[in-house]
Amino acid sequence: MNEIYTLKINGTEHQVKDAWVGESLLYVLRERLGLPGAKGACEQGECGSCTVFLDGSAVCSCLVLAASATESDIATVEGLQPDGSLTDVQQAFIDEGAVQCGFCTPGLVMAVHHLLDENPSPSELEVKEALSGNICRCTGYGRIFAAVDKVIADRNK
Amino acid sequence: MSILGTRVVRIEDPRFLKGEGTYIANLEVPGAVHLTFVRSQMAHAKILNIDASEALSMPGIKAVWTSADVDLAPAPPANPMMNKAFTYPFVVTEVARFVGDIVAIVVSDTKTQGVDAAETVIVDYDPLPVVVDIDQAFRNEVLLHPNAGTNVVITFAAEKPDIFADCEVVVDLTIENQRVAPAPMEVRACVAQWDGQRLTQWACSQGAHGARDGIAQALGLEGSQVRVITPDVGGGFGAKSGVYAEEILVGWAARKLGQPVRWTESRTENMLSMGHGRAQRQRTKMGGTKDGKITAYRIELLQDAGAYAKAGAILPYMTRLMAGGVYDIPHVQFESHSVVTNTTPTVAYRGAGRPEATAAIERTIDEFARVCGIDPAEIRKKNFLKPDVFPLTTVMGAKYDSGEYEAALDKALTAAGYTQLREEQQRRRASGDPIQLGIGIASYVETTNPMGSGDYGAVEIKADGGAVIRTGSSSHGQGHHTAWAMLVSEATGIPMDKIEFHFGDTDDVERGGGTGGSRSLQVGGSAVKLATDAVIEKARERVADLLEAAVEDIVIDTVRGAFHVAGSPAPARTWAEIMTGIEVPLEAEVDYVPEGSTFPFGTHVCVVEVDTETGSVAVVRHIACDDAGTIINPLIVDGQVHGGIAQGVAQALLEVVAFDPDGNPITSNFADYGIISAAELPSFERVPMETPTPRNPLGAKGIGEAGTIGATPAVHNAVVDAVSHLGVTHIDMPCTSINVWNAIQIATAK
Ligand code: FES
Ligand code: FES
Repeated sequence: MNEIYTLKINGTEHQVKDAWVGESLLYVLRERLGLPGAKGACEQGECGSCTVFLDGSAVCSCLVLAASATESDIATVEGLQPDGSLTDVQQAFIDEGAVQCGFCTPGLVMAVHHLLDENPSPSELEVKEALSGNICRCTGYGRIFAAVDKVIADRNK
Repeated sequence: MSILGTRVVRIEDPRFLKGEGTYIANLEVPGAVHLTFVRSQMAHAKILNIDASEALSMPGIKAVWTSADVDLAPAPPANPMMNKAFTYPFVVTEVARFVGDIVAIVVSDTKTQGVDAAETVIVDYDPLPVVVDIDQAFRNEVLLHPNAGTNVVITFAAEKPDIFADCEVVVDLTIENQRVAPAPMEVRACVAQWDGQRLTQWACSQGAHGARDGIAQALGLEGSQVRVITPDVGGGFGAKSGVYAEEILVGWAARKLGQPVRWTESRTENMLSMGHGRAQRQRTKMGGTKDGKITAYRIELLQDAGAYAKAGAILPYMTRLMAGGVYDIPHVQFESHSVVTNTTPTVAYRGAGRPEATAAIERTIDEFARVCGIDPAEIRKKNFLKPDVFPLTTVMGAKYDSGEYEAALDKALTAAGYTQLREEQQRRRASGDPIQLGIGIASYVETTNPMGSGDYGAVEIKADGGAVIRTGSSSHGQGHHTAWAMLVSEATGIPMDKIEFHFGDTDDVERGGGTGGSRSLQVGGSAVKLATDAVIEKARERVADLLEAAVEDIVIDTVRGAFHVAGSPAPARTWAEIMTGIEVPLEAEVDYVPEGSTFPFGTHVCVVEVDTETGSVAVVRHIACDDAGTIINPLIVDGQVHGGIAQGVAQALLEVVAFDPDGNPITSNFADYGIISAAELPSFERVPMETPTPRNPLGAKGIGEAGTIGATPAVHNAVVDAVSHLGVTHIDMPCTSINVWNAIQIATAK
């Protein structure tokens, strides 16, 4: 059963054609709409590499049926800063050395933005909890915590 | 001021942060068909029949191939020292030997069509007895490769004179260095294209040149007929070294079909069929005097090779080399047998044989300390090799370059506040606190660039005065671009943002050794450093002509990126000016071969809290003093150490790849496998220490694996230490709540 439907992503409407309705949002973003920022590393909701925002909530896009998201506002890493500049979170990742192979990175950037939008001054435990769904195999998370701390400090200045 | 040794942020980060990394799954390849592998669902079985009729009738299915269709000769063992009878068929011919062995290949227009069709392929199995346990395999009752006549792929053994006869104290342990999954976040993937003459393959690999050679050899092509490109690679940790059967089959299919072919595995496929790491059962024995001087140490081990003779089977060679660790032990004995089992083949994983050596001796010395009644820090000091013995050839033949083992231990202990920690531990023990404190120490020496091999580096000056670096080394997260550009910028004065970085394309970079064994900076970086120096020499000659001066008088001003006559800053010629109007390229290439391997060392101290009522363990602090020689970029080094520690902690506490007795994997995704997350880790405390090595021009040793090597035994020892007053003397890794709780129950029931 193939249908045409429309997704609103980063404020722009995208038509999805010839798609099987069982396709995940991750698949549709990457393979059909040319938005490869979200990454697939497990496709079962266990790693967070595919994190996007759905109506302001951080979700694993591999677990969302794209065709069920027609009513939602979807935001991906590509839409964080449409002019190509970096957000404070992205800049903090650079400054604190929080990137290695980069595969988990877009998902983590989304997760950190979400955390700090919801809770501008999270405790150490809250940071850990918020990021515990985003697996990074390279960094050991230490530099990522440092990047989060930096954004918190800068925003609360 | 020199930028070397300073925290320079990474040039490569913005593209990753914006989601613009170019991993293989992101490549657009018009007209590509997809491969899906039908994998054995039985760990050991004869394949009687494969019925693909339904699959072939499904939409988008181009072909289903079995071994009869694949005209590739079986691959020889990974290393020429291994028993040659252990060959590896790319597609199972008669007998499947692990769950995941490839039995058929589906070719489809889209990936989903292939996955759906693969599920309909009916394979008739005739089950054979399954061997999962290595001791059982070693008994050779069931042979996996009957024509080999044994399950032993390779043995390292020596004479066994009794070295313990004079010892006042002797301890022994059986230590399970369990099988773990490398689990890079990017699963394996590749794309191949055949143009009638030549194969171009995009590989998710730690080294394009090694992959090219492996693919060319398997396909019967000349090296020049294969071009391998490694775009961004999402982590490897050793397991993306060399080439896998799947990658060779993708290249083979592209040639057969004359059409682009691609394959991206699923996470489950990755957990099933990408090589696993570690997997040793070690039996150690340590003896010495009552006052704690070690005189004899013996380690006997079985290495689980998995179903075939891959790189994992050779790991004991490294374990052997590093067996004696940081200690001055007159007698060290080693014996290993690598055996095949009906499990996923093992390969190199962060440290590859060296963490296993450290884990064995560091766990054993703690046991020796306990029996002698001596503090673990004290006993290490008593037995360390002293700084004046270097360079040193050890009993095992390792050629240690330099070491300050006691200094590293002291630094780590001071940073940890060791005395206070012990006092706090005493208080909790005395009060019967259910949350007990454990302090674990691990002092290590490891070998980086363990084969002592060299690498290629080239530097070319561009017309605009910028530079291009070509390196045989390969980045998959280590920040090569930044570190190499720092080396070139420092020497030439060319700004970092005008330095291009080329790697991982065999057509663009002549030769290369890739990344593995923590070798990149010390050899790949050194080659680029020397090539830079050579380019500067050539530039001085040109400037001498331009300024009509003697070459000897021309000096470089790295602040301006310009050359002038010594003592008179003007006139000067910038790099761009040197290049103006000259057709001859200004470039230099170097094949740098180091004097030998290097031997980083250090001490990790881990502090854990163990809930004695539930067995649950929390790492409270982890203090690491790692000396990897000269540091070029502390930001990158921090990241390497942190990542290494995380994987080390993960092995000690959480991770294990498990199979049931029938060889069925029971940890085949991130839900079942205890992959470590942010929640389980503290921030790490690094204690600086830098002792340059004389073995390369940078003074650098490797740092990619040290964190893992130091962390696993430190954490493991900390957990045992936390409950040692209850009578616990050893706990098998991973120290999960259930394992710790069981150990407490058994000890306290005695
Ligand atoms: S790919 Fe979606 S959670 Fe892993
Ligand atoms: S940077 Fe490699 S997985 Fe996070």
